Amino acid sequence: MRKILSVLVVLSLLLSVGLVSAQEVDWSARRLDDQVTLTFMIDRDQSLDGWEALFRQIEEVLNIKTVLDLRPGGIEGDNLVKSRLATGDMADLCAYNSGSLFKVLNPAAYFVDLSSELYAENLDESFKNSVSVDGVLYAVPNGATSTGAWLYNKRIHEELGLEIPATWDALLDNCARIKEAGLTPVIGGYRDSWTSQLILLADQHNLVHEYPNFVDEFNAGISTYSNTPAALRGFEKLNQIWELGYINTDLNSTSYDMALEMLVEGQGVYYPMLSFALAYIEENFGDEINNIGSFGQPGDDPDYHGVTLWLPGAIAIPKTSKNIDAAKLWLEYFLSKEATELLAQYSKPTGPYAVKGLEVDVEMYQAAIELMPHFERGMTAAALEFESPLKGPNLMQITQECGSGMSTPIEAAEKYDQDLKKQALQLGLEGWLD
Amino acid sequence: MKRSVYANWLIVPGMAVYSVFFLLPTLLSFFFSLTVWDLQEWRFVGLLNFKMFFEEPALRGAVTNTLIYAVTTSGLKTVLALLIAVGLASRLPTRNFLRSMIFFPTIVSTVAVGIVFTSLMHPTRGVINAALALLGIAGPDWLGNGDLALYSVILVDVWRGIGMAMMIYLAGLSAIPAEYGEALMVDGGNGWDKFRHITLPLIRPSMNSVIILSFIGGLRSFDLVWAMTGGGPGFATEILSSIVYKQYISGFYGLSTAGNIILLVLVALLAVPLHVRLTKMEVDL
Repeated sequence: MRKILSVLVVLSLLLSVGLVSAQEVDWSARRLDDQVTLTFMIDRDQSLDGWEALFRQIEEVLNIKTVLDLRPGGIEGDNLVKSRLATGDMADLCAYNSGSLFKVLNPAAYFVDLSSELYAENLDESFKNSVSVDGVLYAVPNGATSTGAWLYNKRIHEELGLEIPATWDALLDNCARIKEAGLTPVIGGYRDSWTSQLILLADQHNLVHEYPNFVDEFNAGISTYSNTPAALRGFEKLNQIWELGYINTDLNSTSYDMALEMLVEGQGVYYPMLSFALAYIEENFGDEINNIGSFGQPGDDPDYHGVTLWLPGAIAIPKTSKNIDAAKLWLEYFLSKEATELLAQYSKPTGPYAVKGLEVDVEMYQAAIELMPHFERGMTAAALEFESPLKGPNLMQITQECGSGMSTPIEAAEKYDQDLKKQALQLGLEGWLD
Repeated sequence: MKRSVYANWLIVPGMAVYSVFFLLPTLLSFFFSLTVWDLQEWRFVGLLNFKMFFEEPALRGAVTNTLIYAVTTSGLKTVLALLIAVGLASRLPTRNFLRSMIFFPTIVSTVAVGIVFTSLMHPTRGVINAALALLGIAGPDWLGNGDLALYSVILVDVWRGIGMAMMIYLAGLSAIPAEYGEALMVDGGNGWDKFRHITLPLIRPSMNSVIILSFIGGLRSFDLVWAMTGGGPGFATEILSSIVYKQYISGFYGLSTAGNIILLVLVALLAVPLHVRLTKMEVDL
């Protein structure tokens, strides 16, 4: 079956590439006469095969050579990006987060204005907002939207006769039954402390369902995590999983890789994680990827069971680049169907692209297929960091404390509000500064 | 008045380098600690950064942790290294081998030590708990338990630093003339008397060096904590230098500078009086 599918994929790929290039841009006319070399900075926590294939294609089509400039991920990477920008030493193309983390970089000071590029019209509005300052666009989307959902081991879930929980209480009931069977219901890999944020951040679609004005009031400094019960709920869920003993007790010594291994091997059943983990699972565990399903983090209303979205990352051109025109051409090609389909063969999309009308024909992950109903029913919301310039830098430590029983939900929420205040002061946001 | 052999202007190159790379940044940092700064523009906010530093529980906790860390590592190194040094100053057949063994961790990169111990201390997959399990003891989650993590890092710091302290003691011990011990033996003293009345008073200068060096080292420690826990779990092992670094990474350049000023003041307030007091306790050979 897989073979037939991949043959179909290749066929449709050939067809669509032929059609698109006939209809749209004639890249051969845009090819540069003299070869230009661009440097491209990206974090090294991902598979680079797709990028290298894309670089070969870009060199062939546009006569632009691309050289990788790898940086670490996490906060070490943030530091490097900020320092390289401040010293005018950034690579010609800079891949980074979109949303609040992007805005903290002070895009207006460092990045080239892309508002008048042809593709600007075609970008998804919420993505544009997440990389624009005062209406000026500073970056393009890097790949597809991903989701923050609960991954689960399908085989064990079925063996135990469990159903996909549509409410938080149903999820807790499932956990109780998994625990009775002697397995770990929820996997925690908080040694990589960023992973501890998932349960809080993935609750965003429940939060805005219950309190639709939250985002606006949050940006204005009126609603905070500690004074809004619907927002506090995220911290409570995080803490509850620990208090009820539904998560592995060695979570603070378990890394992200180990956690994924536990999920695949079935020592644990649920793992709240971003969907980019699926590509990692496929790369390291092959066909086991078909045994992984996923569902959105449930709330209290069974009729509203949705999922929180993570918008694609950003790629921007620093003002200090000596090859801005070539870099702009590079970005234009990067957003084309040709480039997208090539990359999708290496890392499959787990949600829609942020370019209007851009779709690719590739076989989807089982876990991504299971989330389609949430999309079809329109029950999605973007994570807060894409709707707000504010994200506290210490959140991962605060959620780690709360998620391993070292602080109560209200203590954690108050700490986070304090952290947000610091960020608001740095950004000069009105409202948060009393 | 004594005429100096060298012309005074020879001091200029040295002072220039020192001023540009040390004095100037230090003075500037006093100014920037009073601002909100993004490396491009700054906004004067008075003492707000210092106020925020002391208001935030995580930052206050870091001050306490730093003191615990400095006092404990310094205390353990001072005492344990002295015992080891006295033992290894005697004529043990394997003493050179043992000295090398104990000194060895000092020459390994701290980050490498941190990474190795992180895996040794893993609660279920680590060698330490596997060994304890053979003895029938259920080992703790060394680095994952918030109450224990700081002390686990302290133990590793002591293991790593004890070699250097031992070397300082050995140098001090070799400077004590053998005649003192011989005279004591003639008067009928035993080994303990020798340690109590000869070694201990005369080793004082070395001990002071060990105390001061390891105490200041403890206050300023960063690499081991960063490699082993990154300040976590939560904020459990956060010390001043890791907090300062994190504020810096987060782009809070003003706040991070304020943290550094606090660290500077803390080191000066504790280390200078300690040094003066310890020096007074020294006796001449």
